[in-house]
Amino acid sequence: MANDLHHGWEAVIGLEVHCQLMTHSKIFSGAAIQYGAEPNTQACAVDLALPGVLPVLNEDAVKKAVTFGLSVDAKIAERCVFARKHYFYPDLPKGYQISQYELPIVYEGHLDIELENGTTKTIGITRAHLEEDAGKSMHENFSGATGIDLNRAGTPLIEIVSEPDIRSAAEAVAYLKKLHQLVVYLGVCDGNMQEGSFRCDANVSVRKVGAPKFGTRTETKNVNSFRYVEKAIEYEISRQIEVIESGGTIRQETRLFNPDTGETRAMRSKEDANDYRYFPDPDLLPVVCTQDYIDAIRGSLPELPEAKRARFEKDFGLSPYDAKTLTSSRELAAYYEAVVKDSGADAKLCANWVSTDLLAVLNKQGKDINESPISAAALAGLLQRIADKTISGKIAKEVFEAMAAGEGGADDIIKAKGLVQITDESAIIRAIDDVMVKSPEQVAGYRAGKDKLFGFFVGQVMKATQGKANPDAVNRLLKDKLAG
Amino acid sequence: MSLSPEQVRQVAQLARLQLAPEQTEHYARQLSNILEMVDALSRVDTEGVAPMAHPLDMVQRLRPDVVSETDQRAAMQSIAPKVADGVYLVPRVIE
Amino acid sequence: MHTLSISELAEGLRARRFSSRELTQHYLDRIAAHDRALNSYVTITAEQALLQADAADAALAADNAGPLTGIPLAQKDIFCTQGVRTTCGSKMLATFVAPYNATLVDKLQAAAPQGAGMVMLGKANMDEFAMGSSNETSFYGPVKNPWDLERVPGGSSGGSVAAVAAGLAPVATATDTGGSIRQPASLTNLTGIKPTYGRVSRYGMIAFASSLDQAGVVARSAADAAYVLQAMSGFDPRDSTSVDRPVDDYVGALNSPIKGLKIGLPKEYFAEGLDAGSRGLIEAAIKQFESLGASVQEISLPSSPLSVPTYYVVAPAEASSNLARFDGVRYGHRAEGAKTLEELYKRSRGEGFGAEVQRRIMIGTYVLSHGYYDAYYLKAQKVRRLIYEDFKRAFEKVDLVLGPTATGAAFKLGSKTDNPVEMYLNDIYTIAANLAGIPAMSLPCGFVDGLPVGMQLMGNFFDEARMLNVAHQYQQATDFHKQFPQGFK
Repeated sequence: MANDLHHGWEAVIGLEVHCQLMTHSKIFSGAAIQYGAEPNTQACAVDLALPGVLPVLNEDAVKKAVTFGLSVDAKIAERCVFARKHYFYPDLPKGYQISQYELPIVYEGHLDIELENGTTKTIGITRAHLEEDAGKSMHENFSGATGIDLNRAGTPLIEIVSEPDIRSAAEAVAYLKKLHQLVVYLGVCDGNMQEGSFRCDANVSVRKVGAPKFGTRTETKNVNSFRYVEKAIEYEISRQIEVIESGGTIRQETRLFNPDTGETRAMRSKEDANDYRYFPDPDLLPVVCTQDYIDAIRGSLPELPEAKRARFEKDFGLSPYDAKTLTSSRELAAYYEAVVKDSGADAKLCANWVSTDLLAVLNKQGKDINESPISAAALAGLLQRIADKTISGKIAKEVFEAMAAGEGGADDIIKAKGLVQITDESAIIRAIDDVMVKSPEQVAGYRAGKDKLFGFFVGQVMKATQGKANPDAVNRLLKDKLAG
Repeated sequence: MSLSPEQVRQVAQLARLQLAPEQTEHYARQLSNILEMVDALSRVDTEGVAPMAHPLDMVQRLRPDVVSETDQRAAMQSIAPKVADGVYLVPRVIE
Repeated sequence: MHTLSISELAEGLRARRFSSRELTQHYLDRIAAHDRALNSYVTITAEQALLQADAADAALAADNAGPLTGIPLAQKDIFCTQGVRTTCGSKMLATFVAPYNATLVDKLQAAAPQGAGMVMLGKANMDEFAMGSSNETSFYGPVKNPWDLERVPGGSSGGSVAAVAAGLAPVATATDTGGSIRQPASLTNLTGIKPTYGRVSRYGMIAFASSLDQAGVVARSAADAAYVLQAMSGFDPRDSTSVDRPVDDYVGALNSPIKGLKIGLPKEYFAEGLDAGSRGLIEAAIKQFESLGASVQEISLPSSPLSVPTYYVVAPAEASSNLARFDGVRYGHRAEGAKTLEELYKRSRGEGFGAEVQRRIMIGTYVLSHGYYDAYYLKAQKVRRLIYEDFKRAFEKVDLVLGPTATGAAFKLGSKTDNPVEMYLNDIYTIAANLAGIPAMSLPCGFVDGLPVGMQLMGNFFDEARMLNVAHQYQQATDFHKQFPQGFK
């Protein structure tokens, strides 16, 4: 455990994850939210906070927040309220962010994470509330000025706030990975951390082991990769312990992680911004989620990773490891299931092909499962040819490589390369006879009891048939022939 | 309830209002008068009364998730005090 | 022409006795002649008005016209008008030209049948960001009362009422957050109605206090008001607080008899503070209603003394938030030469906002700030419910509530500017309707020393048709509303 590194100290960590919702339009306006558009071309009057304009809530943002809430066993507020959170910053056009304060849409959920030692730990989810994202400030390239792009302003977010249940950087990463997989699975978020779709703020404090109260915490902002989260938290834990041990006190402050140095530092701006003056937004009315509405969303929830894993183990007889690999994303799991269904082949065989061969190809080509050069149907076609003995498993690897290189479907490649398995026994017998005639010494040796030489004959026969002979038939016929 | 000039300065800072030093005392007096008038509320028994944020007993209407706005940057930035290369400019911010 | 009613103007346009261009030109001429004295317009849109008038004349000729097509109006300068600057009475927006129209502007000015086809003469002066009761907080100078140029027209819709009262517009739009339609209507002998909260879209209307703001109309009679309110009301999907419910037939209901109407007189509204002259006029009006077949009874609105304190927490709180967007970055006033972001914000806002707006922003910031929220904002919201419940109980007994609109007739310019609290107490009778969200109107009931005095009618939610009907019946029996200020005939 990482805590052992900090003798006598314990870290207390809570994470706030900002997760952009995969909607078409913004949370309170009809502007688009495509990533990477020219600055301010997706900022309409509402996003720019022009005078007199008003927010109207996007139904899909609500639906996605509820979807998330149900997936972490949380309560869904029958009635939730939007509040204004005030601070002045140029990427916040209204001078307030529309968020939720006292009555969030999702509250009291939890997520189970697996620790390195194989045990499971439950991390409480205090709440997840709907809010709007801010724009972007760019501090470079504007000759001493800061440039403001408001395309991102008004993008729907859920902020998922964990309980301070996390005790190490490793636990924090495990929690984040689990959460990331979940929101992507649900189709709630695209999970793209480089583009900022999934961002994490870490609240970290330390205390002496056994101390009844939490220490003063710092908030480290916008740490945008799992690795950085780990480093930032580690750094912050060590820094805080050092400060306290050398007689200092921790200031409650917002800090920024610098990926280049691996350090955090106090932010200069937003210092007096802690009086947010929340109050219910009078431009918006309470959002009511009826039981029928919640039930309908519950009914349309996709199968979650945990349940899918269990089902794969049970229905397909997969090992826990394979089941975990194949359910790591919803798309991969769907691919696997399609291969099993379409090929009619043994589920474990399918699992090997997908989790080993296919993932290796994707990895090599740097592609996502959605961009796989071999479709599930195509892979199923290949596996069928193994099942119907058109080709051997060994030849199949060769066909697979050709398919991955884009040379066509399994049948085309088998045909074009003349890889059809020889099942005609008379042809195999001819090949055996040939080999025996050419290798009288080995025949004599075998017959004298050198059983090991059997492999030599198999190899020679396969070589003579360019590997196309059906291995079962070769074995059987060789045994007969050699027996004399 | 009365506001000291120092409190007025703090509130003005929170609201990002530049006050001339000579205005502060004047505002402190006026704002204190207003708060004194408002103090009548503290004498009202509101035990068990639900706060009323809004006159309408309605729930939030939801908008279909469709893109209805097109790029209006040129029009929007024609009224902006300072822009360059499509972005709004403010004095350099150090984070 | 400027003494004709809306229905007479519509009739004249249809019968080709005059064209919309002639009518519009007539008003533009009157504005040119008289507005120097009044300062009722911040912006006059003569060219655009004549173009709109020509389009209206073409629509009238082609029989594509609605009942208001070709009739001019003044728009309060709080409504965003595409291509025409919208100042909201502030230096902050001295050069602001919105790239969009308020929904209300589209409804009134777009060609029939999408809109009413009315012709905008210009943008009416107002208290800065609608904060004021005398129109003295406008960056564009105070508006004078046409009945006495040394007196205020009331506020915040001071430009709207002065223009209509002096015949510089047949009708004008206005807004009412705590009495900004009714109090100025009362001080200028007009009929002004603030409908139920949510009846008229707030989209494109620059927000002062979102849970209280409501657009309405000031006119020379209840019938005129009915025509225009009819056209501006209705559901708007761009405003989450807009009510999706059909608009009643305000015009059609005007002539219904009011026999059997039950009017409640809140005893708190007739207590000390009401000037004796006004009290006498309202008592006479009550007799008039009785003679029209209404019955009156005393009622109580026990929480009404709390309206002003409640309002001066809720309204500034919402205003401090709504006005945070004016920061000199995307539009509006920007301080020259600011070196830091902080300086840009503070100087742009310090220079762009006048004293009353700054006072209210500070009060609002204070009552929402850490440690004070419960004592002020939350408390005010609870008292707001008590005020609302007073009305709920009242409307179980009576159809309408009648009382004074203001404590007296128009006061002298400058007489209350040094004392904000005294100014705020002007709205003592009007604020409760905004807090409760109910419709309320003011209509003329006589004169004290040559100055007009109005009375207020308050109705239950969405009872505008009934209120306008009752006011119209009263105006059929009286002629106070027909009086025109000397010097503007």
